[in-house]
Amino acid sequence: MDKVRSAREAVSAITDGMTIGIGGWGPRRKPMALIRELLRSPVKDLTVVAYGGADVGLLCAAGKVKRVIFAFVSLDFIPLEPYFRKVRESGAIEVSEIDEGMMLLGLRAAAWGVPYIPTKIGLGTDVVRLNPQIKMVDSPYDDKEWLAMPALKLDVALIHVSRADQRGVCQIDSPDVYMDDWFARAAETTIVSCDELVDSAHFQQGDNARSVFWERNVTQMVVPIAGGAHPSSCDPLYGFDMVHFKEYAASASGDGIGAYLEKYVSAKDEQAYQSLVGGIDAIRALPLPVY
Amino acid sequence: MTQQDYSLAELMTAAAAEAFRGNGEVLATGIGLLPRLAASLAMKTFTPELMMTDSQSWLLSEPNNVSGRAASDRQAQESWMGFSRIFDNVWSGKRHAMVGPTQVDAYGQTNISALGGEYTKPKIQMLGVRGFPGNSICHANSFFVPNHSRRVFVPGECDVVCSIGYNPQRLPRGYSLDDIDIRLVISNLCVMDWGGANHQLRVVSLHPGVSFDEVQDNTSFDLAQVDNLTTTPAPTAEQMAIMATLDPANSRAKQLKDNPVGDRRRLEESNNV
Repeated sequence: MDKVRSAREAVSAITDGMTIGIGGWGPRRKPMALIRELLRSPVKDLTVVAYGGADVGLLCAAGKVKRVIFAFVSLDFIPLEPYFRKVRESGAIEVSEIDEGMMLLGLRAAAWGVPYIPTKIGLGTDVVRLNPQIKMVDSPYDDKEWLAMPALKLDVALIHVSRADQRGVCQIDSPDVYMDDWFARAAETTIVSCDELVDSAHFQQGDNARSVFWERNVTQMVVPIAGGAHPSSCDPLYGFDMVHFKEYAASASGDGIGAYLEKYVSAKDEQAYQSLVGGIDAIRALPLPVY
Repeated sequence: MTQQDYSLAELMTAAAAEAFRGNGEVLATGIGLLPRLAASLAMKTFTPELMMTDSQSWLLSEPNNVSGRAASDRQAQESWMGFSRIFDNVWSGKRHAMVGPTQVDAYGQTNISALGGEYTKPKIQMLGVRGFPGNSICHANSFFVPNHSRRVFVPGECDVVCSIGYNPQRLPRGYSLDDIDIRLVISNLCVMDWGGANHQLRVVSLHPGVSFDEVQDNTSFDLAQVDNLTTTPAPTAEQMAIMATLDPANSRAKQLKDNPVGDRRRLEESNNV
């Protein structure tokens, strides 16, 4: 029942051609340390499903991705993700562009073991034209056409949470869980990085068990990495790193992904990365964004 | 009587608030500072039943200020409203979103995904379709267009059709055009609705000093106009005061290039002096 692994051990479960789902939303609570570990691995030809931010931008720019299933890729205050934009405009990746809600339905279908969920979302738009693999169905109950959102089955889900114990009980303190619970349930293997590893007794205190959003049998591996969401946020522990994101964005129009990876990722471990961005105390001091 | 000076941003915000009049208990979502200010203004004045979020994860009984807030400021939370729950609300239809599309076509279809080139290799990759497909077929939508031009109001169809509109060619089986609910378009030149023949885009009021011809010249397709074309009303003193309270840092002055005056005729008068 000890599910604790190093980032390298955990990420080695990901092999060429797999479909991976990534939790979080835009620049918020992304499992960035796991993404960096994936960037250091030789894995390629991934299909990535995400409410995308720099996770998607980095993986695409580094040549890890064959196909992205997305509704948006954005850093919020930098609306257009610079590397995703670059890769798309060069025609280097395949995409399946779907509505945010369709993605949620696809994850739920996978989690529930049904082939599709009928919905009206997407009808009448280019989502239908650009995704010929998505079929329409008749309803036995009315005469309308319905879009059959196929299950988005994931080989692996990568998620970052506030806290976990070694058995895989995961707690999210942030005000929003996003669709992380559905990413976890849609996956064969769920790898969770956490800012804090705690004793199981933690969950017996107060209302802590109320902020556990999926059961431990959904989580296969736990990777303790304090600050592991940086440069994305892990509310309420830390906000996103605007300075770092600006440097990241500038690199897309400057020296490119090679220089960024050289400086922050390649041949470095997470400790070396964190010391380059000011250390864990600086990360934990990043102010929360105000919307 | 001295008429109060107001900016174009304030005129557009007051006009945009009208989109939410009489909406009742729907989730009012304004994407971007001025649409959010407009929805907040409506909630603070003539449509107190509106529901609004903090743009993060809580439903508020009082709108937050759109500027000048600190992370530690308290807000009037009334229920949790994370993103998955937003979709539960979207799919119920009890929502009215005011959004700022990059392209709008004669059918009321919009684009925020990509521009030009081939879809597999667009000239400009933008955000992606986001929630536009679901929003447009589930609930009411209005558009806020700060730069009324032929580049926004495009000929033919949008490069990527992100939202369903009044296009008979794309209508799903079992639907009628009346199932689609696009309300107002507030631009920097005028207020429009989709109430012309066959849901044609129709000018309802012109901002002070703007002519119908100027609006038509800046639109790639034919516009209708209402019989009694009026001038968009100036914001009232009460509305101006509420906007100032909701936006204490005056971020509304930074939303339109050079923060133009609301009544351009007054500018011409002063130039003639």
